[in-house]
Amino acid sequence: MKIDRILLDHGSGGKISHSLTLDIMLPAFDNPMLSKLNDGAILNIGGKKLAFSTDTYVVDPIFFPGGNIGELAIYGTVNDIAMCGGIPMYLSAGLVIEEGFLISDLEKIIKSMGAAAEKAGVKVVTGDTKVVPKGAADKIFINTSGVGLIPDNVDVGSDKALPGDKIILSGTIADHGITVLTQREGMTFTSSIKSDTAPLNGMVERIFNSSRDVHVLRDPTRGGVGTSLNEIAEKSNCGIKIYENKIPLKNEVKGICELLGFDPLYIANEGKLIAFVASKDAEKVLSAIREDEFGKDACIIGEVVSGHPGKVFLETGIGGTRMVDMLTGDQLPRIC
Amino acid sequence: MTIKHADEYRDPDISRKLVEQITNLSKTKIRLMEVCGTHTMSIFRNGIRNLIPETISLLSGPGCPVCVTAQNEIDAFIEISQKPDTIITTFGDLMRVPGTGSSLQKERAGGKDIRMVYSTFDAIEIARKNPDKKVIFLGVGFETTAPTVAASILSARDMKIDNYFVYSAHKTVPLALFALMKTEGIKIDGFLLPGHVSVIIGTGAYLPFFNQFQMPCVVAGFEPSDILQAILMLVEQTENKTPGLENAYTRAVSFEGNEKAVRIMNDVFEPADVAWRGIGIIPGSGLKIRDEFSDYDAMKKFEITEKDSKEPNGCACGEILTGLKTPVECPLYKKICTPVDPVGPCMVSSEGTCAAYYKYHSSD
Repeated sequence: MKIDRILLDHGSGGKISHSLTLDIMLPAFDNPMLSKLNDGAILNIGGKKLAFSTDTYVVDPIFFPGGNIGELAIYGTVNDIAMCGGIPMYLSAGLVIEEGFLISDLEKIIKSMGAAAEKAGVKVVTGDTKVVPKGAADKIFINTSGVGLIPDNVDVGSDKALPGDKIILSGTIADHGITVLTQREGMTFTSSIKSDTAPLNGMVERIFNSSRDVHVLRDPTRGGVGTSLNEIAEKSNCGIKIYENKIPLKNEVKGICELLGFDPLYIANEGKLIAFVASKDAEKVLSAIREDEFGKDACIIGEVVSGHPGKVFLETGIGGTRMVDMLTGDQLPRIC
Repeated sequence: MTIKHADEYRDPDISRKLVEQITNLSKTKIRLMEVCGTHTMSIFRNGIRNLIPETISLLSGPGCPVCVTAQNEIDAFIEISQKPDTIITTFGDLMRVPGTGSSLQKERAGGKDIRMVYSTFDAIEIARKNPDKKVIFLGVGFETTAPTVAASILSARDMKIDNYFVYSAHKTVPLALFALMKTEGIKIDGFLLPGHVSVIIGTGAYLPFFNQFQMPCVVAGFEPSDILQAILMLVEQTENKTPGLENAYTRAVSFEGNEKAVRIMNDVFEPADVAWRGIGIIPGSGLKIRDEFSDYDAMKKFEITEKDSKEPNGCACGEILTGLKTPVECPLYKKICTPVDPVGPCMVSSEGTCAAYYKYHSSD
C-alpha cells in the first residue's frame, strides 16, 4: 500500500523517518556534509572545524517530571554538537506559539532555557518568535540551532567504529520516553520516574581528557539505543554485540515497558550518550564518565566485532542470542 | 511500579538448568506450537530458539489477536471511520493493519478522528466527554480482553451513556485449536497453551480438546524459565508417552479460571461463527453482542455488513498462522512485506510471527 501522506511514524526516528530523509531531503540538498547524516554537520571554515546542528522540539506535554520543552531544546542541540566532538558555544532559538498560550507558561519555559544555557555554558545569541492562530500549532514548538568548535585532535563520527572497540553507555535507558508517555492524556500511571534531560558536553570533555582513542559518540534520542547502534553498525560497516544484563534500566521503567509491550532499547533518552572507545582505554573512559554528575550509572554494554557487519546482536539475560533491528515506526501498545 | 518477582523467572542459572534437562531428555523430533503471540515474542526476545536442542521445533500459532483479524473486519473498521461524527477508539496494534485499500493510521492522517486508548474505560470517558459524537471501540482480542470490553458495555448502560458502541471482532481460543488440528497437512506434536487467555478461561477449558486429541498440552507463563519449564514438561510427556493437560503457570492460572470474568463475558456476548485470517470460518469461535445489548452494537448501529474481502495475493499469513510455513518461506517476506509497508497482519502486530522474525531473526 503506497504511503501518500505524512504519518506520525515519519517522525519516530526509525526506518520510516529515514526513508523520508533519503528519498525527499537528500536529493534536494545533496552535499557531502549533509550526506554523512550525523547528528550535526562538520564544517571547515577558515582553518577551523565547526560543528553545526539544529533540532525542533514538539514534546507533549510541554512540562513533564524532570524538565520542560525549553530545557530540552537547549540540551538537545548542545548534545548534538557535543556528539560531533564540538564544544557547544552559540545557539539560536525560534519559537512558534499558539494563540491563547499563557504568558506565564512562556516565561517559565524561557527562564528555564536561560538556566539551561548557563548550565551548559552556551549563549543564545539570536532568536525569532511567531504566533499562529489557535489550533494551527499545539501550544508551543521550539527550534534551536547551534555551533561549536571542534578541537584539532578530535575526530569522531558514526562511521568510525572499529572492531575491538568497547561500547560505553552513560546510564539508564528509556527514562525520558517513558516519562513523557506516562504523562500524556489517557495514561493513568502514577510513577516517580522522570526525564533524564541533561547537557552532556561536560561529560564529553571528561571523555576526551581521558582518551584520544574515542571513535564514536552518539546520544540515543528518538529511536533509542537500538536504533543508534544500528546506524553506527551500518555506517561503520561493523558488527555490534551487546549484553542485555549489562544495560542499565530502572525497575519502574522496565515494568511500564513490559506492561505496554515496549522494548526499552527503542525508547528515547535525552541525557545519555554512547561512546565507542578503543579497548585499552575503555576502563579509563568509563571512570571518567562515572565521575560526571550525569554518568554515575555508566556501564560497558558491549563491543564491536568483526563478524556480521551492519548488524547488532544482543546476548539475552538467559544466554540466548537475538538480533536488534532498527526501529521501524513508533512502538504501539499491544492488545494483550 | 516494579515487577520484582519476575526477575526470579529470568534467573540465568534456572534457565540454564532447564535447558540442560531439556537437552538431556529430548530424543524424539517434535514440533511444538506456541499458540500465543506473547509467547512468540518472548521466545524471540530471550533467544530461546537457539538454546534448545535441534530435536525441538517451535512453531508460532494463531494467537496474536491482530493477526487473525480477518481482512473484512479491518475493512469494516475503516468503513465506520468514514461515518460522520464518529470517534474511533482502538488498541494501538490495530493502527497499521492494512485493509483492502487503507489502514486506520492512514485514515487518521487523512483527518478521521481515530484515537489509541489503553483501556475500554478510556473509550467510555471519551464518549462521556463528547456527547455529540458517536464513540466506537474496536473490540479485537481473545478471552483476555473480551471480559473488559463486556464490562465497558455494562458500565455504559449503568452510566446511561448512549453514544458508546463496540464493534465486536473477538475470538475464542479453544475452538481454534480444534480447527487447527483439522487443517490439511498440519503436523503438531504438542501445544504450549496461552497464559493470559488461560488466566480467564482456566485449564479446564482445554479438556474437551485434550480428550479428543490426547496430545501433550501445557499452559505456560511468559518469562524465559516459564517457557522453558513448559517445554520441559512437553518433552517429558513425549518421551514418557504420557500425554497430559498440564499447567506450568500455576501462579496465575487455575483449573476453573476467573469465573466472574467469564460470566460477564457470557452475559454480554454469545458465540458466533467468525472468519479467522488464514484459517477460515470456525463455527462458534467468535463473540457477538447479545440482542439485549444491541443498542451498543456498532455493527447494528452503523448497519455494517462484512463484505467478502480478498486477502492479499501471495501473502502466506494463513499458512504461517497454522504452522505450515515459516515467514522466511513466504515469497513476500522482507521483499515486499516489511514493517514499514506490511502486506499481511503478521508483519504489523508487535506480536505477529513475521514481525518477530523480521525484528529478531537474522537469516544470514
